[in-house]
Amino acid sequence: MEIKSIKSQFPIFKNKINGKPLIYLDNANSSQKPKSVIERISKFYSKEFSNIGRSVHSLAVTATNRFEDTRDLVKKYINAKSREEIIFTKNATEAINLVASSYGENFIKKGDEILITELEHHANYVPWHFLRQKKGAVIKFAECNEKGEVDIDEIKKLISNKTKIIAITHLSNVTGAIMPIKKIVDMASKKKIPVLVDGCQGAPHLKLNMQELGCDFYAISCHKMYGPTGVGILYAKKKWVDILPPYQGGGGMIEEVKKDNITYPQSPTKYEAGTLQTAEVVGFSESIKFIEDIGIKKIMEHEKEILEYGLDEIKKNNSVRVIGDPKNRGSIISFTIKGIHPHDIATILDEDGVAIRAGHHCCQILHEKMGIAASARASLGIYNSKDDIDALSSAIKKCNKVFNS
Amino acid sequence: MDIKELYQDIILDHGKNPRNKNKCKDFNKDAKGHNPLCGDKVHVYIKLDKEKKVEDISFEGEGCAISMASASIMTEIVKGKEFNVAKKILEHFLNMLKEGSKLSINSLTDDENTRMMSLSGVKQFPMRVKCATLAWHTFMHAVEGNRNTVKTEK
Ligand SMILES: Cc1ncc(COP(=O)(O)O)c(C=O)c1O
Repeated sequence: MEIKSIKSQFPIFKNKINGKPLIYLDNANSSQKPKSVIERISKFYSKEFSNIGRSVHSLAVTATNRFEDTRDLVKKYINAKSREEIIFTKNATEAINLVASSYGENFIKKGDEILITELEHHANYVPWHFLRQKKGAVIKFAECNEKGEVDIDEIKKLISNKTKIIAITHLSNVTGAIMPIKKIVDMASKKKIPVLVDGCQGAPHLKLNMQELGCDFYAISCHKMYGPTGVGILYAKKKWVDILPPYQGGGGMIEEVKKDNITYPQSPTKYEAGTLQTAEVVGFSESIKFIEDIGIKKIMEHEKEILEYGLDEIKKNNSVRVIGDPKNRGSIISFTIKGIHPHDIATILDEDGVAIRAGHHCCQILHEKMGIAASARASLGIYNSKDDIDALSSAIKKCNKVFNS
Repeated sequence: MDIKELYQDIILDHGKNPRNKNKCKDFNKDAKGHNPLCGDKVHVYIKLDKEKKVEDISFEGEGCAISMASASIMTEIVKGKEFNVAKKILEHFLNMLKEGSKLSINSLTDDENTRMMSLSGVKQFPMRVKCATLAWHTFMHAVEGNRNTVKTEK
């Protein structure tokens, strides 16, 4: 695949960082945006903008159509059964909070169990913690092994007749472990336990097929999929959209409002209160087109090749310890360097234009488990090449040099 | 900007071999500090005499080279000094990190001045200023008897 031509679609790479070309390896945090997405937002504001779903004038109709077109595109892209299963949120965090709140309100009571894993991002723990505090529910953590993955047996072991939901990441944002979601769903559905998947890292890097995966909820942050900030998606099976109560109250999410009673539609709009991030949602349609133009299969092949090269290269440096060694790994290499704190690594790499992330990556439980306070993380996107990995390796060598001089 | 201006030899030395990194005997003041960005943690222990002179000071903690070096240097600098003098030094230090002004404090020896100045490169790295100031703010908390953990905001 011609990476150069893909990279040239991203205006950010025309800039120099500290006088050096940008080597962007912070994609798990957020990805860069292709020109088509940026221009789509600009065009929407210049030619098509109006608030959606409320007025009957021409612009309102156009804007509403463009917004709803995106819902259709998303439905098709993730192979949901119906467009009614696509709810727009502001990010994956809000999508998970929505489920914790709306599902939790009706289906979780004192003593009930919420099953998550030690791999989870804080976004897939804190909302459940709120529920634990509010309802007296219990959170169980399926253990992560030294390879940085959670064995399905660890999950199985914790399922009881009190388990009310399993909430689990698709792809760990620290170890890169890809979880066997379909198997977990199969196991859970035998006991009628719904499964929420935190798809933040899954969505940009894996083929999505909701009907095949079978999960009840799937949370996505569009800004990690070459899309705008401020847009997230909650996929929720139609049966849940029909029965779960609304999340926030306001305009746009009601059916009928009387002084003594309010009713809500049985559609995703029930969860989309207030004026939405319309332009960004419309802009996201171009991200899907961008991904589809290349093809997710090609993206996966390319990222796998760079990942394997990256792991090989980085492991050649004896001072580097890669976090985790999952059987099935996607696009993420977290590491530590002996004697150098991850934040010092990130600062030194930045001098060479190499952007990585340092810290606990919102996974404090996992870092504690691994016995470290923080790690450095290089995470890949479609525009990364072997040259980027070479730049990373030599910048790491520079860390060794700075600290051992 | 050369990275060596940030990671000067003095900083690397103190980062790798921090001085006074223990829990000093008979401390009568202590406070904790936490920098959520880097995950730096310090716990400062002080033995303050009746005249508010720092008789002994030490710290425990873990974090990036900047935070550990800064804590180490801080303990060396304020040991044996009156609290009011230490406070003045901190003011100058903060100014140096914010405005890039040179340190000119009579109460510091040339050598102490050099050690403090070794942290001046941090100014070019706004995200890292908090690493350099954490131990100092924690010191102030300890002396003032503030029991809340110092938290440099995100
Ligand atoms: C696995 C995972 N879950 C959740 C999130 C939260 O995403 P957002 O901040 O976009 O809601 C992230 C992003 O950092 C993530 O990597």
